[in-house]
Amino acid sequence: MSLHQKSQPHKVSRTVVWASFAVILLLAPLLFTSSLSHTMLSQMGIAIIVCLSYNILLGQGGMLSFGHAVYSGMGGFLAIHTLNLVSDGKLPLPVSLIPIVGGFSALLIAVVLGWVTTKKSATPFAMITLGIGELVWSMSLMFPEFFGGEGGISGDRVTGSKPFGITFGPQIQIYYLIAIYTFICTAAMFAFTRTPLGRMLNAVRDNAERVEFVGFDPRRVRYLSFIIAAFFAGISGGLAALNFEIATSEVVSGARSGAYLLFTFLGGGAFFFGPIIGAVLMVLAFVLLSELTKAWLLYLGLVFLFMVMFAPGGIASLIAMNLRVAAFGRLRELWANYLVLAVTSVIVLLGAAGMIEMTYHLKLNEALGPKLVYLGMSLDAKGTSSWVGCALVMLVGLVSFELARRRFIKKWSAIQEFIATEIQRREAM
Amino acid sequence: MYALELKDLRKTFGKTDIIRGVNLAVTQGERVAVIGPNGAGKSTLFNLISGRFAPTSGEVLLNGQRIEGKKPYEINRLGLSRSFQITNIFPNLSVFENLRCGVLWSLGYRYTFFKFLANLDDANERTEQLMHKIKLERKRDVLALNLTYAEQRALEVGITIAGGANVILLDEPTAGMSRSETQRFIELITEVTEGKTLLTVEHDMDVVFGLAHKIAVVVYGEVIAFDTPDKIRANARVQEAYLGAQAESAQTEKGD
Repeated sequence: MSLHQKSQPHKVSRTVVWASFAVILLLAPLLFTSSLSHTMLSQMGIAIIVCLSYNILLGQGGMLSFGHAVYSGMGGFLAIHTLNLVSDGKLPLPVSLIPIVGGFSALLIAVVLGWVTTKKSATPFAMITLGIGELVWSMSLMFPEFFGGEGGISGDRVTGSKPFGITFGPQIQIYYLIAIYTFICTAAMFAFTRTPLGRMLNAVRDNAERVEFVGFDPRRVRYLSFIIAAFFAGISGGLAALNFEIATSEVVSGARSGAYLLFTFLGGGAFFFGPIIGAVLMVLAFVLLSELTKAWLLYLGLVFLFMVMFAPGGIASLIAMNLRVAAFGRLRELWANYLVLAVTSVIVLLGAAGMIEMTYHLKLNEALGPKLVYLGMSLDAKGTSSWVGCALVMLVGLVSFELARRRFIKKWSAIQEFIATEIQRREAM
Repeated sequence: MYALELKDLRKTFGKTDIIRGVNLAVTQGERVAVIGPNGAGKSTLFNLISGRFAPTSGEVLLNGQRIEGKKPYEINRLGLSRSFQITNIFPNLSVFENLRCGVLWSLGYRYTFFKFLANLDDANERTEQLMHKIKLERKRDVLALNLTYAEQRALEVGITIAGGANVILLDEPTAGMSRSETQRFIELITEVTEGKTLLTVEHDMDVVFGLAHKIAVVVYGEVIAFDTPDKIRANARVQEAYLGAQAESAQTEKGD
């Protein structure tokens, strides 16, 4: 388990990492120039902030929240109301600062609701967040004056002062606003992990009882961290409100909270950068995968399932484990295995997806007849040959994948053993 | 004034009396071994003193100040720190981070998030010293869960003394250690608690008689004797209640 072991990265390399993060944020919209990619990049920035804020709870504090969307969503609603005040000329606030309003409103809400929530830890904590999430979600339908009912509240971000001619009308302008917020919030949340409160939060996650015996009140640690997490979630919600120019009750829904949990987990909560990966995947899944197939939620569920079973540390831990192997110069031997694993799992997916798509076609598009186009092939959802063919492909894939997996595991454990003895040898020196 | 004083301390769980009126007065700088058969209430006594449980009645005084019923973190801030019989550390933090968590409060770095840990020179220096003291400096960046059992026990003691508390309670610090490990570990404990008031639960009688200035014998929730090792050895009541029957089985007891 020493994959969590923190190496002490050189100051220089850390500067390089942050500089490249800034450069990526800066150049991404110039590399991907379509309006779809600009939309997606904007959403990725928003998602990065909210997933990182969620990970303050999940990864750093061991708090499994089912209601984080309450804070991002309420931040969003208050931001859109603020935007409308600006539009009506009642509030002389630059549009670029509205996300901060979202952040502070979420913070205030967390001061109240977080007090109740963080009284408990572990399962009771999770239950309370679930309860509060449902409460706010049902309120959103009960108070149309504030939440706008079914239609939500819309606004217009092209308003107020226009410094340097920036109107935030074009998507690219709002993207750069989001990018700036993303960079600052990411840096701030990373800084948080290096402060006394941030470290004590890790200690509370590991062993709350012991924390009490070194002078800290674990409840207070959880409460303060919860408020900080809500603040960043609110900023993200405010950015989303500006980006979409609308806030609907969906933004405070349990489904949204679930998505934060799912993708933060997929990215990997044990590492600071894990949720960033998760956030990028979240937008890819929500925007691209949902376009590609109607069964996208099912695929997502399957991915989540396999991740929990085989790589509970998320993608970030997979990366870290392989970096560790690379550091001991043994990664090169694994490339062939990875290639075989990838090819065989694609074969499994091909077969399985064929059957899933046929099922969905039968259930949803029955009027269109049993024929459907799948990856350029024509399948007959009512024909035996299509089903048998898909099943065969999947079966072949499964068998070869399992064989490849066994070979890989053998090699992998040999390498891990080698690393363990190598570490011992170096320690003894 | 005593460093630690217990006055008619009682604790009942349901209808069962676990601690039945304990009186004890420990002066500053004394090393006290708490002995007694299994189930006598030694650990419960520690839990009452350190705030893990509130007593049913009676008083606990730390440097003359009443602390019974206070929260563990409040008691810790007043200068009383304890270790646990079952290793109680931060498994996913490194040795250095474990110790630093113990140091932070006492140096006034409370719930702050406007300072970087890396810049807290006094806290980092104290942590480094502590790490040398408990001889874990070579394991600085190893996660606590990857340490050997004996190292984890040392870390447990390290976290306990990290805040510089004046009264230290160690609950079976050598539980589960081999005889030679125990010997070395007791030397370490004596070294790091120099000048402090120490209460420790210990089963190994050789260790007890070597380490302690005074011995408190707990039997069925009462302190039946509290005296110097020599007088305890000669005490007929202790002989009858504990030493006579238990001395030969002390070795087997150590394992549980």
